[in-house]
Amino acid sequence: MTAALALIALAALAALALGLVARAGRDMDLEQWAVGGRGFGWILVFLLLAGEIYTTFTFLGASGFSYGLGAPVYYILAYGSLAYVIAYFLLPLVWSYGSQHGLHSQPDFFVRKYASPSLGVLVSIVDLVALIPYLVLQLTGLGIIVTAAGYGAIPKDAAIWIGAAIVTVYVIMSGIRGSAYTAVVKDILILVVVLFLGIYLPLHLYGGIGPMFEQIAAAKPGFLVFPASGQSVAWFISTVLLTAVGFFMWPQSFGAAYSAKDARVFRRNAIILPIYQLILLFVFFVGFAAVLQVPGLKGADTNLALFKLATQEFSPAVVGLIGAAGVFTALVPGSLIAMTAAMLLSKNLIGVLRPEATDAQTLALAKWFVPVVMLVAVYFTLTGNTTIVTMLLVGYSFVTQLFPAVIASLMPRNPMTPAGAFAGILVGAVVAAVLSFTHATIGSLFPALPQAIRDLNVGIIALVANLVAMVVVSSVTRPRAIPAA
Amino acid sequence: MPRSRSSHQSHENHSLAAVIPFIGMPAGPAVHNEIDPFILGMPFPLGWISVWVVLTAIIMAVVYLIDPANREDAP
Repeated sequence: MTAALALIALAALAALALGLVARAGRDMDLEQWAVGGRGFGWILVFLLLAGEIYTTFTFLGASGFSYGLGAPVYYILAYGSLAYVIAYFLLPLVWSYGSQHGLHSQPDFFVRKYASPSLGVLVSIVDLVALIPYLVLQLTGLGIIVTAAGYGAIPKDAAIWIGAAIVTVYVIMSGIRGSAYTAVVKDILILVVVLFLGIYLPLHLYGGIGPMFEQIAAAKPGFLVFPASGQSVAWFISTVLLTAVGFFMWPQSFGAAYSAKDARVFRRNAIILPIYQLILLFVFFVGFAAVLQVPGLKGADTNLALFKLATQEFSPAVVGLIGAAGVFTALVPGSLIAMTAAMLLSKNLIGVLRPEATDAQTLALAKWFVPVVMLVAVYFTLTGNTTIVTMLLVGYSFVTQLFPAVIASLMPRNPMTPAGAFAGILVGAVVAAVLSFTHATIGSLFPALPQAIRDLNVGIIALVANLVAMVVVSSVTRPRAIPAA
Repeated sequence: MPRSRSSHQSHENHSLAAVIPFIGMPAGPAVHNEIDPFILGMPFPLGWISVWVVLTAIIMAVVYLIDPANREDAP
């Protein structure tokens, strides 16, 4: 147990030290803090973009998802690769426009492209509504990891406060550089841990991956293929496509694109990142290995599948190493999210009220917002507000609503007007929120439709409403324009 | 900037190649949502997706090579 605690403490200290070292020798002005001086090569950009793959949600969630629901988890592996294909074409355009106009955030992009500060405000609000629950999720995951890997010796609340404090300090000091540098250690640790667990556990407990799946299939028929209704094949396909589209609309990923030194960085990464994604497969294996070994976990407890199995099979030193990797999966994405949220607040919300603010003033204010954002996230984490879970589901569908307006703006002649983009995002976000909070599905809304259509991801409705509003309002506000189909 | 006919042609080709994963990836589970045959020790849908993740990387490598934007003299 002492070994485990020591490793977790070491991880926390290492994250803090690396985060602080990241600023060395650099004058941290706004350009450095928010976009790394637009000088990141493919490795740092790779780590920032790959950061999205291994958050605590994937580490705990993907194994728990495999354990609890089986086949539907496969979608996580499928959508990332397709998102990187989209990124090959999308990010170079975002990057070149960003460096041309000195952009620092995702709303900046909309403000410039549509010449509309109010659109920037709307996008900032959509982004914040998505980002805060995502940050809460990282802190919640951190609490679970530290408690489980520390054999309960560290109280959950203490772990969350300490984690939040570390992130706050190094984000203020080093900005995006802190995230990129800590990501180096995070990815090495997670690679070692996940490959080890994903290969060793099936081999040791079942005699191999094939035999493991055969035994699960025998014990739980149907668990390893998509169910006939609900999270069916139709759900899988629609969810994969929708999620792939939304992936790079997350403001922290979109904004990370500005940090690259040239456009080829993204194209190269579109080749490597899908392969890197395959590591997720081994997270699935851990979750599946737990199915017959630690049965009986229900609901939120399925997130503990990985740790339950690990504490049963390994010495505290190994559990501690898993915990250390887990700490990094919470802190690194958390830091990028905190920086992005602080930047949005300073530049795109408060900035609208004081357009004369200099870059130095914007940065100073953003740094003040870092602890504010973290405190809000800690508050929601500790109170365990249940609406936050729903809000997280809303988050993904929220950011996806930005996709049509981004694509339209990248066309040689934008067919959409600022008012159209505003209406589309607003309508899409409202529909997405209503659908999530009422737990509606296409099946519950239109029970008469064939099963395959009833199972389609409900996010499609929000996106269609968005498109309709965008096209209609665009054609009204620019009468002579030809509406895009 | 006027594009030559050949670079326009290859632009279309590489964009077209990038569409393939969007069809290939979901096609397996869509057509055959059964556990057998296992692929690399995995149930068919998972094995299919894994193979397509690798194929996606290969396709993107080809796209990278034929995309004129990545030539040495490109901006």
